[in-house]
Amino acid sequence: MVKSVFSKLFRDRQEFLAEVPHVSALGIELLDFSPRGVSLKLPYREDLVADPEDGLFSGGAISAFLDNTCGYAVSARTDRDNVFATLDLRIDYMKPATVGKDVLSFAECYKMTRRIAFVRGVAYHKNRNEPIANATATFMFTGPAGTDTRENL
Amino acid sequence: MSVVGAMKAMKEKGDFSDLQKVVPYAGFMGLSLEQQGDEFITTMHYSEDLIGNKEIPALHGGTISAVLEMASLFQIACELEPDIMPKIVTITVDYMRSGAAQDTFATAVATRVGRRVVNMRATAWQEDRNKPIATANVNFLLA
Repeated sequence: MVKSVFSKLFRDRQEFLAEVPHVSALGIELLDFSPRGVSLKLPYREDLVADPEDGLFSGGAISAFLDNTCGYAVSARTDRDNVFATLDLRIDYMKPATVGKDVLSFAECYKMTRRIAFVRGVAYHKNRNEPIANATATFMFTGPAGTDTRENL
Repeated sequence: MSVVGAMKAMKEKGDFSDLQKVVPYAGFMGLSLEQQGDEFITTMHYSEDLIGNKEIPALHGGTISAVLEMASLFQIACELEPDIMPKIVTITVDYMRSGAAQDTFATAVATRVGRRVVNMRATAWQEDRNKPIATANVNFLLA
């Protein structure tokens, strides 16, 4: 992790992430980036709350965050030139996020075929084994077949 | 007043212009709501902040799942008038077309209303309602 923070690739990816308007609007930060998985942070914000009485992150904000994390896991395992679109996304909400606390995420593209990438992801505070929400997503390569960079590791 | 209480009051007045004050996340996403017959239509007004790919340009997929989820929540609040805010349990989204850089509309219908669980089917479209950009099954816990 420490090593990757200082790598040029990580810096490039951090900048790329910040250039995506909805990602910077949500305030998402990149924590780790590798073909084996990516980690992101969604800082707590009051304008991402659905009900001011409970102050909890809106489910919509969590799903946008996990959607982004899953897509990024595909980017991390493929070539920069690979273009892909989300086919489907399922999110299970296990428990509310704690009010005022940042939410972290991890996602891994665990299987790639020429056309399809399969991803699982999780949102949590401290421990991945105590999930706030779980995500399963599939993506389709819309241009050239996906190039698996994990094979080079 | 609770969010569900405020939603009910807005529905009775026939005026949802305070939606973004009542639901902060609706303000962040640029959502508005209107009633047409029995149906409540959520509009996600286009802004650059919703973009996920600047080159195409296309909406961020997360904004589409978010509008499907919010449309489902608003439909439950207006149609079933629950006493407490429904809790989302699962959402499953199918993406059919990429979202263009323009306004997006979404509605939801309850496919089953149980005592504890409500199953919703949500649809999002842009120019042509017969060409949805995404659909979702969304399940909520009522109590």
